[in-house]
Amino acid sequence: MTHVTHSSAPKNALQCNGLVKRYGDVAAVSGLDLDVRYGECFGLLGPNGAGKTTTVEIFEGLRVPDAGDVEVLGDRWRGDGLALRARLGIQLQETKFPEKLRVSEVVTLFRSFYPGGLGVGDVLSLVGLEEKAGAHVRTLSGGQKQRLSLGCALVGDPELLFLDEPTTGLDPQSRRQTWDIVEGLKTRGRTVLLTTHYMEEAARLCDRVAVVDHGKVIALGTPRELIASLGAEHVVEFAVGEVASAVIDDGVLRALPSVEDVARDGGSWRLTVREVHRAVPALLTALAERGAEPTDLSTHHATLEDVFMALTGRRLRDG
Amino acid sequence: MAERAVAYRIRGPLSELTLARIRELTREPEAVFWVFVFPILLTAILGLAFRSRPPDALPVAIVAGPHADARLAALSAGSDLEARVLSEEEARLALTRGRVVLVVSAGDTPSYAYDPTQPESRTARLAVDAALQRAAGRTDAFTAGRGEVTEPGARYVDFLVPGLLGMNLMGTGMWGIGFSLVVARNGNLLKRLVAAPVRRSHLLGAQLTSRLIFLIPEAGALLLFAYFALGVPLHGSVLLLIGISLLGALAFSGLGLLTAARPRTIEGVSGIMNLVMVPMWIFSGIFFSTERFPAGMQPFVQALPLTALNDALRGVMLEGTGLVPLLPELALLAAWGTVSFVLALKFFRWQ
Repeated sequence: MTHVTHSSAPKNALQCNGLVKRYGDVAAVSGLDLDVRYGECFGLLGPNGAGKTTTVEIFEGLRVPDAGDVEVLGDRWRGDGLALRARLGIQLQETKFPEKLRVSEVVTLFRSFYPGGLGVGDVLSLVGLEEKAGAHVRTLSGGQKQRLSLGCALVGDPELLFLDEPTTGLDPQSRRQTWDIVEGLKTRGRTVLLTTHYMEEAARLCDRVAVVDHGKVIALGTPRELIASLGAEHVVEFAVGEVASAVIDDGVLRALPSVEDVARDGGSWRLTVREVHRAVPALLTALAERGAEPTDLSTHHATLEDVFMALTGRRLRDG
Repeated sequence: MAERAVAYRIRGPLSELTLARIRELTREPEAVFWVFVFPILLTAILGLAFRSRPPDALPVAIVAGPHADARLAALSAGSDLEARVLSEEEARLALTRGRVVLVVSAGDTPSYAYDPTQPESRTARLAVDAALQRAAGRTDAFTAGRGEVTEPGARYVDFLVPGLLGMNLMGTGMWGIGFSLVVARNGNLLKRLVAAPVRRSHLLGAQLTSRLIFLIPEAGALLLFAYFALGVPLHGSVLLLIGISLLGALAFSGLGLLTAARPRTIEGVSGIMNLVMVPMWIFSGIFFSTERFPAGMQPFVQALPLTALNDALRGVMLEGTGLVPLLPELALLAAWGTVSFVLALKFFRWQ
């Protein structure tokens, strides 16, 4: 396939600078910079309302930004954009396909829009819907509908694929199937941009992740780099009763061995620690000295969720 | 990945989009009923209710008394009246309840009780008076000849069929286009299609094409039923009738497109649809002639697209009118269609 786009081959599949989009007084996107390299799976991670969908829809040419510069596959959105659209695969957060059409008919319909692409049968087997080819859309489960939507995004064999919350609301099995499909695309060298508010999804699929909050990128890197930026790999969480919480202060906890960071939410504490086996005994001793009995003591490996909490003080799911 | 040997056939985007619309509609039993069965059913039922038959005899009552038997004989001589003798109280009740249209009193010189605003009562008065006068010895100065009009083309059902065809063209044109567009917008399908490399003209063109394809069985079924089962005539050119139907379908498709240009929900579009269609159901001469409305309202009535369509359909079917005398109606229809289409494209909400 050849495309007349730029005189020199662009380095990035997608690039934007200073992107701004307002709805009335509310800024959904406020000065966002991003670049997605060819062949990588890039994740936009953030809570609901962070501006992920607006950003992606600007990339997709469905919305016009109030300010900023967007370049997609070395091209810009202008005119009907049909030539550029033919090189993209787009899955929206939710699409209701006509209930009375058969699965193969929907894929065939979308295939007819693209000058080139995959065979309908190949797409159906790629998204695991061969056996449902003759079924009406109405009879599909939520996960199957989502995979049909993914199939319609893949049918033009796109150079760049946009997936907006591809697994939101899916059961664990359907989510795993979707992940397998995306991993298959990565091995075929396709560029993928996905949005999600599931940290484990971003950690598993994405080569690089941008953490987005209030319409801005607040952290960028590989999942490993982002977790490493916490300065420690483990998180210890515990809670104590109301009376006991009065006698504990951050300074005491910060002074404990191997503790890097302390965050408090009411009667609950989160410690970011380098080594659990050193921090926990010291913590228990310190609490016992002050007559505080810890409840709900737990530890886990630091995740992207912890990165988000360290940056914003909020959980991803809280919105 | 290579194309498989057992490939699915892939047509051009306009054909695939049109095919999708046709599949959607034919797989919806309710849609098939409303588009194809309902107009025929309505025509059949109304044709039955208003079928040609000998006029009913008018029911009249005679108050019991010394003259009752003689008067009963006099009124029963012709076939226009159906008389019976009742007590005064019964007769009064029968009149107020509408079971009889006139009561003849018991006195030596009869008097007639009836409601002069009812045409049937006034007719009965003339018939009763003539029969009683004749029985009392009056002779007719002459006997008039009779010319009865019951030929096809002048019956109510003949008037009705073009009106129902027009109504159907309006309903399916507006609902067929409007409903599917709003459903697609509401379910993000429209946005998804716009995100794909498909021309917007193809998206809307498919709606119109499928609409015109559906016109053939839809209008055909109604007209064939009316022609063969009810004997409704077609005095004018078949080609002109097809042309008028086509223009009507396109005009109302444009209006449907305009109605569906903005709403995001079915409730929203339903409200606007009814706002547009209900006045035309009432004012555009589907079930009765538009001439019943006062002169002051005529400019409004005549400006409605369905009035123009119904007038043109009746002209070609019942009066055999040619193209030229129908040009004003057809121009009005074309104007409605064009203006709605242009406005719809200007204000269309694609997402």
